[in-house]
Amino acid sequence: MDDLDQLEAQSIFILREAYRKLKPLAMLWSLGKDSNVMLWLARKAFLGNVPFPVMHVDTGKKFPEMYKFRDEYTKKWNLELLLGDCPPVEDIDPTLPPAARSAARKTAGLAAMIDKYKLAGVIAGIRRDEQATRAKERVFSPRGAGHKWDVRNQPPEFWDQYATPHEPGMHVRVHPLLSWREIDIWRYIEREDIPLVDLYFAKDGKRYRSLGDQDITSPVESNATTVAEVIAELETSRTSERAGRAMDHESEDAFERLRVAGYL
Amino acid sequence: MSTIPTPAPQEAATPIVIVGHVDHGKSTLIGRLLYDTDSLPDGRVAQIIESSKKRGLTVEWSFLLDSLQIERDQGVTVDSTRIPFRLGTRQFVIVDAPGHRQFLRNMITGAADAEAAVLVVDANEGAQEQTRRHAMLLRLIGIRHVIVLMNKVDIFNYDQKKIEAAERDITALLHQLEIEPTVFVPASAREGDNMASRSDKMPWYKGPTLTEALAAVPAPSSRADLPLRLPVQDVYRFDTKRIVVGRIERGRIRVGDEVVIGVHGARARIATIESWHTAPQVAAIAGQSVAVTLEPDVIPDRGDFLYPASAAPLRAARIRTRLFWLRQEPLRVGESFKLRLATAEHQVTVAAIDSVLRLEDLTEHPAEEVPPEGFAEITLAVSETMLFDAFVPGTSDGRGVLVDRNQQIVGGAPLIGIAESVAGRNAIHPTDSAVSLWDRAQAKGHRGGVFWMTGLPGAGKSTLARGAETRLFARGVDVSVLDGDTLRAGLCSDLGFSEADRRENVRRAAAVARILAESGQVVIVALISPTIADRELARQIVGEGFHEIFIDTPQATCEERDPKGLYAAARAGKIEGFTGIDAPYEAPVKPALQLETANASSDETAARLAAFIDEETRLDGVVQRQKS
Repeated sequence: MDDLDQLEAQSIFILREAYRKLKPLAMLWSLGKDSNVMLWLARKAFLGNVPFPVMHVDTGKKFPEMYKFRDEYTKKWNLELLLGDCPPVEDIDPTLPPAARSAARKTAGLAAMIDKYKLAGVIAGIRRDEQATRAKERVFSPRGAGHKWDVRNQPPEFWDQYATPHEPGMHVRVHPLLSWREIDIWRYIEREDIPLVDLYFAKDGKRYRSLGDQDITSPVESNATTVAEVIAELETSRTSERAGRAMDHESEDAFERLRVAGYL
Repeated sequence: MSTIPTPAPQEAATPIVIVGHVDHGKSTLIGRLLYDTDSLPDGRVAQIIESSKKRGLTVEWSFLLDSLQIERDQGVTVDSTRIPFRLGTRQFVIVDAPGHRQFLRNMITGAADAEAAVLVVDANEGAQEQTRRHAMLLRLIGIRHVIVLMNKVDIFNYDQKKIEAAERDITALLHQLEIEPTVFVPASAREGDNMASRSDKMPWYKGPTLTEALAAVPAPSSRADLPLRLPVQDVYRFDTKRIVVGRIERGRIRVGDEVVIGVHGARARIATIESWHTAPQVAAIAGQSVAVTLEPDVIPDRGDFLYPASAAPLRAARIRTRLFWLRQEPLRVGESFKLRLATAEHQVTVAAIDSVLRLEDLTEHPAEEVPPEGFAEITLAVSETMLFDAFVPGTSDGRGVLVDRNQQIVGGAPLIGIAESVAGRNAIHPTDSAVSLWDRAQAKGHRGGVFWMTGLPGAGKSTLARGAETRLFARGVDVSVLDGDTLRAGLCSDLGFSEADRRENVRRAAAVARILAESGQVVIVALISPTIADRELARQIVGEGFHEIFIDTPQATCEERDPKGLYAAARAGKIEGFTGIDAPYEAPVKPALQLETANASSDETAARLAAFIDEETRLDGVVQRQKS
């Protein structure tokens, strides 16, 4: 088994644990590269099926290419798609910096969907290497009342045993990609030939390395037009993946505040 | 899609955990290692040199770690985190778990998957409390490769004799823990001696530098050649096929192999190996998450091991295990848990505490309880016969975990083996209910809980307890009151008022309260319970759901009320050891609720108490909606 085989086997194990232990369960599908890989891994785990709904929390500000991708693959992959919208930005905590405030709309939209469908588990495609705060996450991350993440008091997690609290009002965020790195995601996309939105590939010397809302995501300089070229580029890159995500950089604690409140 | 040829198979990154006593140099080591291996983002080093200079320091490598984690100024406790670095072609991940609060659970979370550990010891200070604790944990979670970094040897002027003496002390300590250190590296992380390059100040040292020692950590040995263990994770039914899924923990499977299933021992053959978007498979090895069909089509349960008839696991209903206990409260005989082993879950009760490790000198002693975050050997009584393998470091064998009623992990249990049956006290075999707390709460419409009222004699405890009971009952709450005098009239009629008897009184009240609360009831206990130690005992016995309520009435008021004439009797010298007169009352420091009774009617106060209890035992939003 090479490293991708190991990552794949571990993620499948996690997805099967989630499916067994947390009902009802849903998977977040942001239409980005990571959540496409995650969805692919679910199809591996459940032999071509996706036995739970996928959720798109729609900020209404995604790129048109992303909506097109969503509609095409919902049909092609026979997915049960749950759509949720987000409250207007005026309803969001005004003390947050502007981009974080905009991103926090998604937190509110997600919270509403979790309540609506009474979800016990939500599968999300975050990775440790993306961001210092995400590096602290557990694979199974219990969320208390109000969906709050108690970062200072997380449960122990070892030997592949996960906390699965079963109490009203709580849910568990499940993170099957936590140990994957950005380059692993791309190598797996290459190996499995996983379809992507073409915003990830360079046009006029720029490409998106990470996809969020149109107004708070910016492209990076790049000439990579194929998956292989992206991999080659990443092997020499020393800048961070989320450099183009405005809300990560506004103030030192903005992202942590977002996450404690339930952001991904 | 690809024009570049696929690269050769890559090895997964090797996780390395860094542990050691606070201030022995963990952060400095990590910072220095990242710098020496050129693993830092651009600009970071210049920043550190600048920031150290500003403070008039030589380069402070630990700043590097802080700046990588951004948390320094926010006071955010850093949880286990992972820092990648590369030595030649080999990828490593440093698992780092700094911070003090919750250190233990974060360290275990990070370290449990590590291939090797670096134990950092200040050569000058030698082994300290955390050195011993971390070393013990390394042993219990099964890390086989321990590199001891004797740090700060520059303080000894690199003197061979002093360094070797310090090394002998650590060796003796690790031998007590049955840890055979892979290598000792005398080093100075700050000065860079023997980190990535060989120090010229210790020509007598012929061993490896730290990076050489890391590079020599062997890749995880394959578990594919051991006898098969495939714990069933789930059974799916897609189309007409029944599919058994799970991860092969060791060994291999091949279509046609015969396997034995679980404790009942049914036999079947692997008929097919199912997969999606891969080439057809006829075999699979340890580490793979597989899906198989069986012939005949028997239905295993989650938790059943599939194993070869020629190499069965052990089978027992009493098991000895080591334990690292993660709770802040002690563990006592009689407590029940779920033992998770791979995907299985078994009901277990602590039948005996065989020995507890004293961390000061790493010796084992008999004890009544396992202290908070302590290490012990215990015997578990399982509700039914189970299959298991004894713990072997470097494999997933015998990796037991204890979880509480809320599915939270409370301890790690590397299983030792079958426990001999013993007569007498240790032979108790309590059973646990199959009805979950959650089921009970749903049926009753509220949670159970214990509301422990403490206060001076005459403070109004019984009156308020009965008042709250009436109100809660009217709202449909299943509530009962355990009142001091009522208990003494029956269950505790054999007890007097000596210190030992009063403590026993508290113990019995708490034990009864726990049973009632576990059956889903709201229990109000009205007991003077004058000392902090009394209430702490009650809290430990009851566990979760214990609420301390202080009935705060000035002694003058109590004495004025004196409903039972007890103060008068005590003043007249007719009662000895009366709380408030000639025995102390220790008020709670942080009660869950404090009720001052002097200036309110007992009706108002009872209503406040009832409202508090209602709030604490109410099922929140989700369930309310489901009920309505």
